[in-house]
Amino acid sequence: MIRAIVFNGKTIYRKKFHWMKSFNEAIVLSVQNLNKQHGTGCEQCTNGNRHSLIKNYCSQCGTVYACQNVSFEVYEGETLGLVGESGSGKSTLMDCLYFDIETTSGKAFMPSYKKGEHNLFHQTSQEQRWIRNQLMGKVYQHASRGLKMDFSSLSNIAEKMIAAGYRNVSDMKSRATELLKHVEIPIGRMKDAPKKFSGGMQQRVQIARALSNYPPLLLLDEVTTGLDLSIQASVLDLIKIIQRDFNVSMIIVSHDLRVIRMLAERTIVMLEGKIIEQGLTDQLLEDPQHPYTQQLVQSLI
Amino acid sequence: MNTILQLKKLSKCFKLHHLGTTIEAVRDINMELAEGDFTGITGKSGSGKSTILKCIYRTYAPQQGEIWYHSSSFGWIDLCAISERKMCYLRKYEIGYVSQFLHAIPRTSAREIVENSMLEMGCELQFAQEETKKILSHFELDPALWDNYPVTFSGGERLRLNIARAMVKHPRLLLLDEPTASLDATSKLKVRELMQQLIQEGTTMLGIFHDIEFMRNLCHKEYKVVDGRLHERA
Repeated sequence: MIRAIVFNGKTIYRKKFHWMKSFNEAIVLSVQNLNKQHGTGCEQCTNGNRHSLIKNYCSQCGTVYACQNVSFEVYEGETLGLVGESGSGKSTLMDCLYFDIETTSGKAFMPSYKKGEHNLFHQTSQEQRWIRNQLMGKVYQHASRGLKMDFSSLSNIAEKMIAAGYRNVSDMKSRATELLKHVEIPIGRMKDAPKKFSGGMQQRVQIARALSNYPPLLLLDEVTTGLDLSIQASVLDLIKIIQRDFNVSMIIVSHDLRVIRMLAERTIVMLEGKIIEQGLTDQLLEDPQHPYTQQLVQSLI
Repeated sequence: MNTILQLKKLSKCFKLHHLGTTIEAVRDINMELAEGDFTGITGKSGSGKSTILKCIYRTYAPQQGEIWYHSSSFGWIDLCAISERKMCYLRKYEIGYVSQFLHAIPRTSAREIVENSMLEMGCELQFAQEETKKILSHFELDPALWDNYPVTFSGGERLRLNIARAMVKHPRLLLLDEPTASLDATSKLKVRELMQQLIQEGTTMLGIFHDIEFMRNLCHKEYKVVDGRLHERA
C-alpha cells in the first residue's frame, strides 16, 4: 500500500509503510519431470509410443501412468491450487512429494534441504523421513491416514514434534495446546482420541499436527471433501488464517473449484496424470484455454 | 503528467472448444492513462468494456498487444509478459479491482473481509482495524452489520463492502467494473465522494460506468467501446 500525502490539492509523496513486503521470488519446492507409473510398461506404451493408452492406462500390459512429466514450482508464502477430476493423479502427486509412495523418475529440490542441490527422490528413506519431519506437513483426505485414531490429540501432535527432534515435554505440551486452541478444539477435549471426534474436528487436529514443526511447506489433500458446508467453512477460514499468519507455502488439492478460488493465487489443472494448464486462479476460471478446463468451468454450479 | 498505463494494440479473442468457434472481444485497443487521471469507459453490454479491464488485471490470459504499466516496484513492465508471481504481487500492493460480485470465504464478517485485505499485505492488526473502521463508516454501512456475514446483505450493501475492500488498500491503479450498477442514489453519492478523495490522493482510476452522467464531471477522459473498438469522446 502506498499512501499519498495531499497538500493544497497536490500529491506530495507516497508513503511506503515499513510492513510492506518487497517482491520475493524465493522457491520453496521445485519439481521437475516427475513420473509415477504402476506397472513396468510394455513396448506398446514406452519409448515415446503411447498408442495403446486409453487415457493413462495401457490396454496391453495394464500399466497405469499416474503422473507424467509433472513440473512446477512452489514459491515462498504462496498457495498453489491443484485441481482435476478423480483419477487425474492429484493425490498420487501429493503422495510422491511426501514420500508416501516411491516416485518412478523425476527430480524435486527444496532450497531448505542441503541448499537445494540434492534430488529429494534420491535420498535414503531415513533422509526422506527427516525431510518430511522437518520441512513438510501433510493433511490427508482421510484422517485415519494422518492420525493415530486411538491416541489422544495431544500425543498425535507430540509424535510429530518428537519426530522433528523436539524433546522437552512441557514445551511440546504447550505448543500442542496452543495449536489445538488455534484450530478451535475445546480444551476439555484435547486429551480425547480423534476417533471420538467428528470429521471436521479430525481434519482440524490434522492441520494442527501438520503445523507443529513449523514446516515451510504444507500439503493439503482434499481437506474439505466430505465435510458438511458449515464445517467446510470453518476449515477454509482456518487455512486462510494460516496463510496470513504463518507464512507457509501450501499446495491445496481439491476437485472443488470454489475452494480453490477462495484459497489459491495460482492453480494447476491436471488430467490423466499430466499438467494441462496452469495460471492465475481467476484466469483459469474466467478464461480457461484447454478444452478440459473449459468443460470443468462450465460444469460449475 | 506522467503516463502510468499504456495499452498498445491490445486484442483478445476467446476460443470456445465445445462450439469450435472463436469470438473476438476487443481489437486494437490503444489507450494511455496519466498518473492521477480518472478515465471512464462506456458502451453497450457485450461491447467489450470489461474485457479491457480484465486484460489489464490479467484475469484474461494475454494474447496480442502490450500493456505497459509503470510500477513503483518494478518500473516499466508489460503486464502481458510478466510472471504470474509478479502479477500476484502487483494485485496485492498496486493494482486494485472492483467487480460487481463479492467473493469471500463463507462465514467471514464484513469487518474481517476488509481487515483481511489489509492484513495480507503484512500490516499490523491494530492499523488494519482502524482503517477498516474508517472506511466502513465512510460508506455508511450500518455498524450493526459489521460483524455480520455478507450473505445476508442487500445488493447495495455487498457492493459497498466490495468497493471498501479494494479501496482500503489505496492502490495506485484502481480498475472499477461497474461499481455503481445496482446502487441507489445515496450510495452512489458515497462512492462518488470516495472517488473524489482517491483522485485527490493521486490514485489512477479506470472505470466502467453505465450511468456516465453521474461520473461526468469527475472523469478527466471518456472512452466509448463500440463492437470491440475504442473511441475517444470529447
